[in-house]
Amino acid sequence: MPEQRTPDLSSLAARAALARGVASRRTVVSGVFGIGATLALAACGSKGTKETAGGSASPSAKAATDLSDTEKLVNWSNWPEYIDVAESGGGHPTLEEFTKKLGIKVNYTEDYNDNDEFYAKVRPLLAAGEDTGRDTWCSTDWMVARLIRQGYVQPLDLANIPNHGNVEGSLLNVEFDPGRKYSLPWQSGFAGIAYNPKATGGKKIETVDQLLTDPALKGRVTLLTEMRDTVGLVMMAMGKRIDKFTDADFMAAIDEIKKAKEAGQIKGFTGNEYTKPLASGDTAACIAWTGDVVQLQADNPALGYVLPETGCTLWSDNFVIPALAKHKKNAELLINYYYDPAVMAQVVDYVNYISPVQGTKEVLTKADPGVADNQLIFPSPATLERAQVFRGLTEEEETKYNQAFQSVVTG
Amino acid sequence: MTEAVSAGPARRRRRRLNWVPYALLAPGMLWLIVFFAVPTVSLVSQSLQTGDVFNGYTLTWHVQTYVDALSTYWPQLVRSLVYAGLATVFTLLLGYPLAWFIAHRSGRFKNVLLVLVIAPFFTSFLIRTLAWQTILGNGGLLETTTDALHLSWLLHGFESFLGLVGLGTGNQLLYTPFAVVAGLTYNFLPFMVLPLYANIERLDLRLVEAASDLYATPASAFRKVIWPLSLPGVVAGTLLTFIPAAGDYINSVLLGSTQTVMIGQVIDSQFLRVLNYPLAAALSVSLMALIITFVTVYVRRAGTEELV
Repeated sequence: MPEQRTPDLSSLAARAALARGVASRRTVVSGVFGIGATLALAACGSKGTKETAGGSASPSAKAATDLSDTEKLVNWSNWPEYIDVAESGGGHPTLEEFTKKLGIKVNYTEDYNDNDEFYAKVRPLLAAGEDTGRDTWCSTDWMVARLIRQGYVQPLDLANIPNHGNVEGSLLNVEFDPGRKYSLPWQSGFAGIAYNPKATGGKKIETVDQLLTDPALKGRVTLLTEMRDTVGLVMMAMGKRIDKFTDADFMAAIDEIKKAKEAGQIKGFTGNEYTKPLASGDTAACIAWTGDVVQLQADNPALGYVLPETGCTLWSDNFVIPALAKHKKNAELLINYYYDPAVMAQVVDYVNYISPVQGTKEVLTKADPGVADNQLIFPSPATLERAQVFRGLTEEEETKYNQAFQSVVTG
Repeated sequence: MTEAVSAGPARRRRRRLNWVPYALLAPGMLWLIVFFAVPTVSLVSQSLQTGDVFNGYTLTWHVQTYVDALSTYWPQLVRSLVYAGLATVFTLLLGYPLAWFIAHRSGRFKNVLLVLVIAPFFTSFLIRTLAWQTILGNGGLLETTTDALHLSWLLHGFESFLGLVGLGTGNQLLYTPFAVVAGLTYNFLPFMVLPLYANIERLDLRLVEAASDLYATPASAFRKVIWPLSLPGVVAGTLLTFIPAAGDYINSVLLGSTQTVMIGQVIDSQFLRVLNYPLAAALSVSLMALIITFVTVYVRRAGTEELV
């Protein structure tokens, strides 16, 4: 029966046009398809976080019903190799101790490789008002600033964290979270210059200028994809302060990096993966984070590490509790546990970053004096003098600076 | 009476014939709609939207994004196509003799060799690519081997040659365009070998014999008989290699330098780091359009429309 083969045209107008012979069947079908496609394209818009808050400042994060008392569990996402590991391999002694003491199991996942990547992973869930399946994670300062600004993290209940008073004085009143209402630091560190004397012919690399212009390093320098560390070091080398700088200062630093890149000086921009080529000598010199280099030096004592005279960046990765976390109280108890200097000492002794907890050094002076004396782990006031913290950025600045920096990275 | 009885089953059979193919198609169609059609529409839509991640996006038919994307990032787009093209040529040069050997000369080792071709898939793509860092790197396997054999002059000669033809820096193998193309060639070789093998294995060797009986030299037998017959395999293999290679960025990230950035890296950085979703989407759509154009022209010229 021929009627059955007629395409099902939903539009009466199209059917009428077809009957009058104005349109051929094919144009009608493609027209209907075209309208459908247009509607589909239009349906794909997305809502931002601000609309719900009526355009006011920071929206607030929603809390879920806290299951902490019934489910003795906490889900923690952290960066790889960022916690103590048992000598026998496998197992994290401090975590096991926590479970033993409080009866709370910790799902410890090392799936935080990169701030941007992690943000891309959890943002759709947070924006849709859904649980991320995580009760806490450790974000770098500027990412914490963004998460607070967007209302994606909940205020900490300090009643569950009696040890919060142990936080280092200098880290208490940070620009993005004065008084630490939303976040508490997990570890801090510097970004400085690392070099492999084998690959530099024994030459010491001590300044950013050498990194960017020394012909002896041509094509064997890596910088970090972490914009604030790379551009921060260059800006300081140009005599600016990274806690207060202008657009022009930033763009001047970007131009310096671009010049070095176009001259073939820079081999690449990396995340954590700079360590292997540095140890093998494929990378002669690079911008590197303290803890990584201290760990590398254990196997290869010849590796050099310098906090440049002109200044180095100081950053922290901070515990935050995301919106709708199901075990908020357990996460707070976990944070409290690590704010005990004796526990933090065990972690720092292994990961070799800077402890944000007062009293850690006293514990380690007895337990492991070598670590306690290391300037990169327990910096003296003179060392800290060189360190600066990158100032907070507005949304527009963040977009503009990221665009400028990424156009050099992938240009 | 008899007519009515015979008409019943016949009609039922016809109805079943009409219904079954659609039922069989349904899972595939559903799959395509959910995992291809919807994402593609969403991608095209995203590329025409304006706004930002923090405040949301609206569709404004902002075509300027495409102009910006292409005027800024055309070198990376062209580079991706060139690298993918080179890798395709190299996989063909390596894969064709290999496929021929496995199909017609390997005897009882045929299955073993086929498994060996697929074996690299048993480890992760990332690990396989990282292994090339260790092989090509400073003090790596290649360097220590050539040193031990007193052949480092050969290695340095090759490095200088690469520098001259613009595929290297003249003093190293790793972190050069050569390393990226080599990584792509290695990673996509099985995609070339398997379709070629499937095609060449069915090739009737008696036709080759007939050609030589008719005084064809081996070269002209290859050119006039073997090559045209294996063309469907060649086309399938080159498409399976070229298309994913053009969008690949792992090889460029791990084996390349700041001078070898491919379009996949740009899309990644725009999407994840700059959070400029429209630009990233516009670049993805442009890449897709370019590849479709390339493939259409190529398949037309190769004269094997029935394949696609």
